[in-house]
Amino acid sequence: MTSIDLPTPDLRSDGLAGVPSTETPQTRKDFASDQEVRWCPGCGDYAVLAAVQGFLPELGLRRENIVFISGIGCAARFPYYLDTFGLHSIHGRAPTIATGLAVTRPDLSVWVVTGDGDALSIGGNHLIHALRRNVNMTILLFNNRIYGLTKGQYSPTSETGKVTKSTPMGSVDTPFNPISLALGAEATFVARTIDSDRVHLTSVLREAAAHRGSSLVEIYQNCPIFNDGAFDALKGGGREAAIIPLVHGEPITFGSEGEHGLRRDARTGAIDVVEVAELGAESLLVHDAHTDDPSLAFALSRLTDAGRINRAPVGIFRQVERPTYDDLARQQVTTARQTSGEGDLGALLSGRDTWTVA
Amino acid sequence: MTKQVKQLDRVIIRFAGDSGDGMQLTGDRFTAETAAFGNDLSTLPDFPAEIRAPAGTLHGVSSFQVHFADHDILTPGDKPDVLVAMNPAALRANVADLEPGATVIVDSHDFSTRNLTRAGYADNPLEDDSLDNFAVHQVDLTALTVEAVKEFGLSRKDSARAKNMFALGLVSWMYGRPTESTVEFLQTRFASKTELRDANITAFRTGWNFGETTEAFAVSYEIKPAVMRPGRYRNITGNLALAYGIIAAGQRSGLSVFLGSYPITPASDILHELSKHKRFGVTTFQAEDEISGIGAALGASFGGALGVTTTSGPGVALKSETIGLAVMLELPLLICDIQRGGPSTGLPTKTEQSDLLQAMFGRNGEAPVPIIAPRSPSDCFDAALEAVRIAVTYRTPVMLLSDGYLGNGSEPWRLPEVTELPDIEPAFATAGAEPFLPYARDPETLARPWAVPGTAGLEHRIGGLEKADRTGDISYDPANHDLMVRTRQAKVDRVAASIGPLEVDDPGSEHGQRARILVLGWGSTYGPIGAAVRRARRDGISVAQAHLRHLNPFPSDLGEVLRRYDRVVVPEMNLGQLALLIRAKYLVDVVGYNKVRGLPFGAAELADVIQGVAAELPAREG
Repeated sequence: MTSIDLPTPDLRSDGLAGVPSTETPQTRKDFASDQEVRWCPGCGDYAVLAAVQGFLPELGLRRENIVFISGIGCAARFPYYLDTFGLHSIHGRAPTIATGLAVTRPDLSVWVVTGDGDALSIGGNHLIHALRRNVNMTILLFNNRIYGLTKGQYSPTSETGKVTKSTPMGSVDTPFNPISLALGAEATFVARTIDSDRVHLTSVLREAAAHRGSSLVEIYQNCPIFNDGAFDALKGGGREAAIIPLVHGEPITFGSEGEHGLRRDARTGAIDVVEVAELGAESLLVHDAHTDDPSLAFALSRLTDAGRINRAPVGIFRQVERPTYDDLARQQVTTARQTSGEGDLGALLSGRDTWTVA
Repeated sequence: MTKQVKQLDRVIIRFAGDSGDGMQLTGDRFTAETAAFGNDLSTLPDFPAEIRAPAGTLHGVSSFQVHFADHDILTPGDKPDVLVAMNPAALRANVADLEPGATVIVDSHDFSTRNLTRAGYADNPLEDDSLDNFAVHQVDLTALTVEAVKEFGLSRKDSARAKNMFALGLVSWMYGRPTESTVEFLQTRFASKTELRDANITAFRTGWNFGETTEAFAVSYEIKPAVMRPGRYRNITGNLALAYGIIAAGQRSGLSVFLGSYPITPASDILHELSKHKRFGVTTFQAEDEISGIGAALGASFGGALGVTTTSGPGVALKSETIGLAVMLELPLLICDIQRGGPSTGLPTKTEQSDLLQAMFGRNGEAPVPIIAPRSPSDCFDAALEAVRIAVTYRTPVMLLSDGYLGNGSEPWRLPEVTELPDIEPAFATAGAEPFLPYARDPETLARPWAVPGTAGLEHRIGGLEKADRTGDISYDPANHDLMVRTRQAKVDRVAASIGPLEVDDPGSEHGQRARILVLGWGSTYGPIGAAVRRARRDGISVAQAHLRHLNPFPSDLGEVLRRYDRVVVPEMNLGQLALLIRAKYLVDVVGYNKVRGLPFGAAELADVIQGVAAELPAREG
């Protein structure tokens, strides 16, 4: 078998390039559909919906060129509440539908809304393949670490030992770290944000939408019914010591006075938490989301607590450019037409060997 | 010396060898020569699922049968007149299919004790009397080939591998096949490996000359070109015709084609073929699994492309949930199932038509899907166009049921005029003055609007949850659900209004002498049934034939047709799936004839069945 060097595509780095924009100013209301929102009171999904509706006008895209696709789960109701095109599909399969749509319609801004069960359990295969292909879409992964719609079973991100209806003696499963998984799947854009921090959430959405390729945004989202308080350590008082903020180009520090920092072990590549006062600011790790080597982002992702979350890095772990599957696939069609001309059906059907019966 | 030339009206040749012996290629080339000569033909490749099963064993035997004639024929034939066997295993695996008097050309080179044992022979069949009923030509094809190509400096192994071309040359001489196309083919195929090219061409020509000069082959045969309908012809396999049909449907509808597919035998060739035709605006996506293949196709359909997925039975099982979603979304989608032996992994390379009930009912809930089945390799082209017409017109997933026999088999195809192919009108929705209703319906077809993203004013949300009539909003209302379930069924039922009456071949009916027996089939049994009916008629039995292209819905007049006959015989390569549907719908007690041997029916076998039914018919009353 041979392999060839693909021609360099007309590399576009803007995730929204080709999507028609509008001159008409838009507001949050333009993106609210007429459907009654039916999540439980206090659900983190409300905050994410409000943030997305508040953010979309900023893009200035024609509403009809935006499509939200979801799978199954509480979060999957999301498309019904947005006045764009929407498709509420089946469990775990949203990335596949989004792939077909994104490949055939470069003029659309394609979003996938999914949850920890939808994306990482039943749809795990589709998620990793969408990420490795780098199809131009933005995937919002609502992670509440529990199954909500089926009423409270543990999920693939639940901590080991979790007591739920299906695990009365505690779950014996090891959870996925969605950021580590995405990085292992060759994702080009991987970020984490929190439902309750609208400013941060919006800033991540902005970068994710602008990224050309698959963007994975993990959103820590509270389920007040079945897993209330799962992210409390990252909210309210004391959060400065729990959130490790990742800002490209900046030394990574956290704590109320910025007294903690990160240092990378030159030998193992692992990352340790250090006291800034002891080591000095100059020896701190400076975040580089743009480096091609994903090992730094991976090491950062491992600072997330696997059990109850008392500490987690938040921000953009990785943001690198790589040709997208859909751009490359369309380019092959274009190239085929340029080099061999538009297809001639009659000639195709005849082939090379015909005979005539008079 | 002068050789005798005998006239024949038809011949069946089977090439058999190890899976590495190039028998499929040999058969393909012989077929191409035969097509070029102008005979009617039909082919049956038969190969193991293993890519290279242990050499010399029975389960490594690969064969290719070609039936050609001076008249129109319908099947690849029951019993070979000529068997070309490249080793002991190929001889042993196929000799039972020969009638006394058949010709056997055997490569005597490999009949060592070890190879005979491996093939399960206790004694050498070339030395005992077991082949006495046949005209056996023992030829050391391997040694002759190695000798012929020695000037090209190939390894012994590579030299010996050209023996299939030697055999092809010999058989081409026997039947007066034109050789130019094979020489050209070898020139192209081995263009970058000149020594292989020259060796293969030399082996081919040496085989031809061997036939002409050796005294062992005293007779050659002539089979005159068939009288066929005027027109331009080519030879085509079912999978190729299906791929072309999909491309044509894209061209005639103005839709770009998106194929989402996962490799699976025997459907992969369609993926391979379509991936070559990007300049027709065809995009192919090799997905991570079957589910993703159909998911992406459905996503493309949502975006206004012609979404297509190709697979076989196990893949349909995985796609079922997405087919159900497509039923709910009411979007066009083409699902091609190239059936194979089942259940489970079953017989990947063998044919069967046992997915009919899966296509019909294999989903949760009431999820009706139109079903189309081609009846011959070339008919796959027309069937694809018809399936797409229904999918686009009625906004529905459509199942196309081909099978391994149709997919890999080939026949001459009279080329259609492109301008005469049916037009398919996507009729995308556009914004009007009224608020957009995504589940409002066309009163005639009950189709809903195909409203693609990017169309201002048509923003809407759809999904797998039950929808309210007209608005498409989520609805849990009992009466609405009942209405929507019935409406989706009614929409599929309405397809029947767009198809003509069932064609019944009943020659006596014009003179008031209608037959009493009807043989009803679907899919790839058309050829064997047609050939069997001809035989039965030659034997004086009055029998009618009808073949279903539309399996769901059935043609409107099917019940009426069935009731005209005293006996309805339904041969199927399953345990009676169409029979079950017919009995359930029409209360007609059909006579099933069912076999699941992984092989198409033989014409003689079905003729016997018809004969048996005729013999048991009570005398006509009055």
